[in-house]
Amino acid sequence: MAIKIFVPIDDAACSVGANEVALEIKTEAEKNNIDIELVRNGSRGMLWLEPMVEIEIENIRYAFGPVSKNDVKDLFAQEFYKNNTHPLALGETEKLPWMKNQQRITFQRVGVIDPLSISDYESHGGLTGLRNALKLTGEQIVSEVTESGLRGRGGAGFPAGIKWRTVLKTENSQKYVCCNADEGDSGTFADRMLMEGDPFTLIEGMTIAGIAVGANKGFIYIRSEYPAAIKTMTNAIKIAKEFGLLGASVLGSDKSFDLEIRAGAGSYVCGEETAMLESLEGKRGVVRAKPPLPAIEGLFNKPTIINNVLTLASVPMILSEGAQMYKNLGTEKSKGTQVFQIAGNIKQGGIFETPFGVTLNELVNNYGAGTLSGKKIKAVQVGGPLGSYIPVNKFDTAMDYESLASIGGMLGHGGVVVFDETVDMAQQAKFAMEFCVEESCGKCTPCRIGSTRGVEVIEKIINGQNKAENVHLLLDLLDVMTDGSLCAMGGLTPLPVRSALENFPEDFALVSSPNGAQ
Amino acid sequence: MGNSTTKFQPFSKEAALNLIAPFARVEGPVLLALQATQKEFGYVDRDAVEVIAEVCNVSIAEVHGVLTYYSDFRTIPAAKIEVKVCVAEACQSVGSRKLVADASAALNTKMHSQSMDESVQLNQVFCLGNCALGPAAMVDEKLVGRATGEKIAEIVSQIKKEYA
Ligand SMILES: Cc1cc2nc3c(=O)[nH]c(=O)nc-3n(C[C@H](O)[C@H](O)[C@H](O)COP(=O)(O)O)c2cc1C
Ligand code: SF4
Ligand code: FES
Repeated sequence: MAIKIFVPIDDAACSVGANEVALEIKTEAEKNNIDIELVRNGSRGMLWLEPMVEIEIENIRYAFGPVSKNDVKDLFAQEFYKNNTHPLALGETEKLPWMKNQQRITFQRVGVIDPLSISDYESHGGLTGLRNALKLTGEQIVSEVTESGLRGRGGAGFPAGIKWRTVLKTENSQKYVCCNADEGDSGTFADRMLMEGDPFTLIEGMTIAGIAVGANKGFIYIRSEYPAAIKTMTNAIKIAKEFGLLGASVLGSDKSFDLEIRAGAGSYVCGEETAMLESLEGKRGVVRAKPPLPAIEGLFNKPTIINNVLTLASVPMILSEGAQMYKNLGTEKSKGTQVFQIAGNIKQGGIFETPFGVTLNELVNNYGAGTLSGKKIKAVQVGGPLGSYIPVNKFDTAMDYESLASIGGMLGHGGVVVFDETVDMAQQAKFAMEFCVEESCGKCTPCRIGSTRGVEVIEKIINGQNKAENVHLLLDLLDVMTDGSLCAMGGLTPLPVRSALENFPEDFALVSSPNGAQ
Repeated sequence: MGNSTTKFQPFSKEAALNLIAPFARVEGPVLLALQATQKEFGYVDRDAVEVIAEVCNVSIAEVHGVLTYYSDFRTIPAAKIEVKVCVAEACQSVGSRKLVADASAALNTKMHSQSMDESVQLNQVFCLGNCALGPAAMVDEKLVGRATGEKIAEIVSQIKKEYA
């Protein structure tokens, strides 16, 4: 029997040589006359171990990593496919501390299956949720999603069921389901890894959404910075159509649903849902004023569900295992699991899915094992470029929507970016403003002009010009941006700036935090 | 050296018209038509803007508005190879500022410009989704993790060989 060998095809794994390793494994196997079945799976999310090769013996998978193409000859010489003694052997994959301590719901199949094998998908629980949904009424599906407590994973944490109900209740012969795969936040890559590692889950989730609210057409808006994800999703949609998962008769039912991919064009603000709609309509990605809500007048003015990749990818599980199972995980108000992405200056970075409520310290120091540089941690930015910088003395904060809000932070899309002690927080504050200058859609003045003024004022503070006055001016500006911006781009850019200033006054050469004396 | 590559087709108005004509039937076609144009010719020529406006039945101003809004678009002929270096936070924390300098030196190119022989264009990007293996870069569509100036230059010269 052929020996099953897994080498990830995830783009992060390929960015450190997975394709070369796969090629070398093929060559060596042929040379040594060993019959292998090479599977290109998604990544398990232990990115510091990539390229991580796995072998399967009696249905148990064993990991080796990080493997470089120069290691392959030796792996074969020591018959790594038979025993676990090679220096690169890590042991049973599922029993590695990183894996064992997670509860993978949304990511249950990522890294496990061949992303484009629909039979693999089905044999690992895929399509059960959709089959169940096809036996229910739209109202029943929406109730199940509402009951599960699932909240949007794109940033705002809005209950998915409530949004779906609005679309369900709005009468229209044409409705849409749009998946937000713009994933612009620095430090986040879960959407990408899910699309590359388990694309049928997203397709199934969107199909369930369509059936629930009576929409027969969906779009996936993927950022252009993700060419590999675009390719995998495109292929997956093609396969799903051939299989009869998508099309005029979903799994042989009287329901129809079709999907199309649209690529972004390099704009962060197009991740904001109404800007994304504009972009999907082929226009400049300028934010729309609300109301009307997209659920009532969305894409081409039709009722539209807009959800993040991870939100939609959680739906099949809820429909297959039931709302109760999902609801039992997490905290009182933050139900289910959160896919954390541990990134930046970190020794062990990657995907960590766990019920809400884990602390920052556990994520960064226990699982992440501290900084890559070996230096002390100074700050962690949680929630992307609009998230606050959290100092080490607040590391016992639980990672859920409410606890983070209580310390002036936000969870966003679950990105955790670690900085060591060499970071200059005044530069980071300035960068936050520069980013806003670059990405503002231009609709409102506090964001468009305020960010430019923000860069200038921070520069003056750094240069020591009229310090007290300029700090005062900056704080004023932050208030104006917070209160006077239409969307979170201008409205939340003050978060990283204010948190840098308050938690690290010394980097601005201030003796104390600006709320005290200067 | 010019653009003697097989990657992009030489621009002509007829070729553009052939390419864009099918978009007349699409709802909200302008961005799609611009993306198709850039993919085919490597950039969006002034004349292509006119063709798109005509085919999609919108004003030239509207097409121009979309073209200038998105940072992906170029309005001058492209270099054969595009190198994007991530300058977002997670990569900053592991030395992206130094990587920008090193890549510039290794490719003999300044940020936002082309190398002397017009073969390489260097751009910045905010996040490539490789934030746990930073600093990250992308050479055409090839993602590079734990990137260095040398690593990038090596991939560039590999791709150059493929085009030669
Ligand atoms: C500037 C800005 C950028 C955003 N970027 C994204 C993004 O990349 N992906 C995403 O899912 N949501 C993003 N959002 C949030 C969306 O507006 C919206 O809340 C989300 O897509 C809704 O889906 P959810 O309820 O499933 O989270 C962004 C919001 C703002 C203000
Ligand atoms: S806050 Fe900024 S990005 Fe948001 S609508 Fe206003 S100008 Fe546009
Ligand atoms: S921040 Fe550089 S790849 Fe994400």
